Amino acid sequence: MSSAVTRTHELDESPPDDARAPLGPLFWVCVAWLALNVVGAVFANVLPLDNPLYQNYSLVNAGPSLHHWFGTDDLGRDIFSRVVFGSRVSLAVGAGSMLIGFGIGAPLGMLAAYRRGRLDALLSAVMYVALAFPAIVAVIAVLSFWTPRTLVKIILVIGLASTPLVYRVIRAATMSVATRDFVIAAKVQGATDRRILLRELTPNVAPIGISFLLIGVATVVALEGALAFLGLSVNPPTPSWGNMINEARTVMSQNPWLVLFPSAAMCLLLLALNFVGDRLRHHFEVAEVKL
Amino acid sequence: MLRYVVRRLLTLVGIVIVISVGSFYLIHLLPGNPATVILGTGDSPANRALLYQQLGLNRPLVAQYFIWMGNVLHGNLGVSFISQTSVAATIRAALPIDIELIVLSQILAFALAIPLAMRSARHPDGWVDRLLSAGSFTLLSIPPFILIVLLVLVVSIKLGVANTGPSAYVALGTDWVANLESLSLPAVTLALGSFVVYFRVLRSDLIATLQEEFIAMARSKGISHRRIMWRHALRPSSVALLGAAGVNIGGLLAGGFVVEYLLAIPGLGYTLISGIASSDYLLVQGIVLVVSVGVVLVNFLFDFAINLIDPRISRE
Repeated sequence: MSSAVTRTHELDESPPDDARAPLGPLFWVCVAWLALNVVGAVFANVLPLDNPLYQNYSLVNAGPSLHHWFGTDDLGRDIFSRVVFGSRVSLAVGAGSMLIGFGIGAPLGMLAAYRRGRLDALLSAVMYVALAFPAIVAVIAVLSFWTPRTLVKIILVIGLASTPLVYRVIRAATMSVATRDFVIAAKVQGATDRRILLRELTPNVAPIGISFLLIGVATVVALEGALAFLGLSVNPPTPSWGNMINEARTVMSQNPWLVLFPSAAMCLLLLALNFVGDRLRHHFEVAEVKL
Repeated sequence: MLRYVVRRLLTLVGIVIVISVGSFYLIHLLPGNPATVILGTGDSPANRALLYQQLGLNRPLVAQYFIWMGNVLHGNLGVSFISQTSVAATIRAALPIDIELIVLSQILAFALAIPLAMRSARHPDGWVDRLLSAGSFTLLSIPPFILIVLLVLVVSIKLGVANTGPSAYVALGTDWVANLESLSLPAVTLALGSFVVYFRVLRSDLIATLQEEFIAMARSKGISHRRIMWRHALRPSSVALLGAAGVNIGGLLAGGFVVEYLLAIPGLGYTLISGIASSDYLLVQGIVLVVSVGVVLVNFLFDFAINLIDPRISRE
């Protein structure tokens, strides 16, 4: 954005609502779906659900019914309850790793883009090398050696692996605003670096950050699913969507429900996250273009 | 250009060294004494002596690294104490399957993405474009491990198509038709994942390219739409496409692991996961090293190719 210097500092004021791309009803449907997922995961203990570990051998591989909405699996466990409890692993890994990735990557990216110079050169070189390392292979490698695998370790490994990417996105986003007039004006007024970073830059980087965060959570949830499918996530019997699908593959011909419900749950969650993230990005992008 | 290539080569060497250190250190992440864990069921005084000699486990960490690295540079990734076979030989047997799978999937992905992106870019926001964009966005939210399970469920279990289910893999040298059949669902799964990326990148790039003056010029000369697309618009847009393909390699490998695991196709992914399951850590370490270096090399080659197409990039 080389023309940034000639721009006026209208970004300080929020642009009129009609300047932004409308979010649309589907956006709110997706937000509601995300909220429902979070509520289900947080309150799974309190909700009137069957015990996800209870094995009822007299009712094995049953189809959907009034008592068991999604049917039962090969051990007679309630699939609906396992899907709801399974969302805990997905959401915990998604949110936890992104918390680590953004917690480290975002401040460093902003600082590097604002200060430039040696700090930026050093940080960017380190992150560049880290980015060249195929993150997925690294995650699989570390998780296969660092046993026993626990939720905390999985979150930590994926979170650290995502840090360089977060750094790069946030650094680029900050660079595009760091040379604008309102930042220069703040500097001239003698604002401290801390104040400029927190009060001037953060609000302008946040929209890009949030949409990238949601898409990041979707990527991590899919990754955890694949890891669980390969047997590299939390150990059974703790239900997760990935390990449910993995267990289901051996009884797929007798009980397709066991594959379909966790698959649908994961795809709908990913779709909602991607859609909300994508819409938010367009929403804020259009606002910038119209300035 | 030369300076750029030299600089990139130096970075490449640096990254490969970092990867080698990382892969080397993996066995020290194992809980307890690595020798005990690596030997597993093969724990005997003779094997233990061999392992200590092979890895230099009683030496300091830095010395261990150089012993290991020396072996690796001689093509020696160690001998698995679980299967009693050379890790390098196991990898050499498995790697061609992954390459075949990736090549097949990429041919399919480009064959789908290029014409559809051109069709989409012809009338942006037209109904075809909206349909394709919505479709590709939905496909983006279906991870490969779910896609392959669903495909197997429908095609090989419900429809009963032969040679497509789990453990149906036939080697290329044995019967190439059966080989292609057994790789069809995995190839389609990986292809759809790549297609989404290529379609979206190429579509938006083509829309931008089509607004350029040289396209208007070509149009005013009366050149047909098809010819403009293939001869004028595709080349400038192919830079972004190649870039996307380079970045896509890592994800493609992970997707490959998943499909191989489900269908028991004996490529690197299946070998890796079986290695993890049987605690064959030297095998896992070898595969991690080979795959990581492979991805970095492929990325480097793609960068280089992009530079040949568009030399402006190296001048920045």
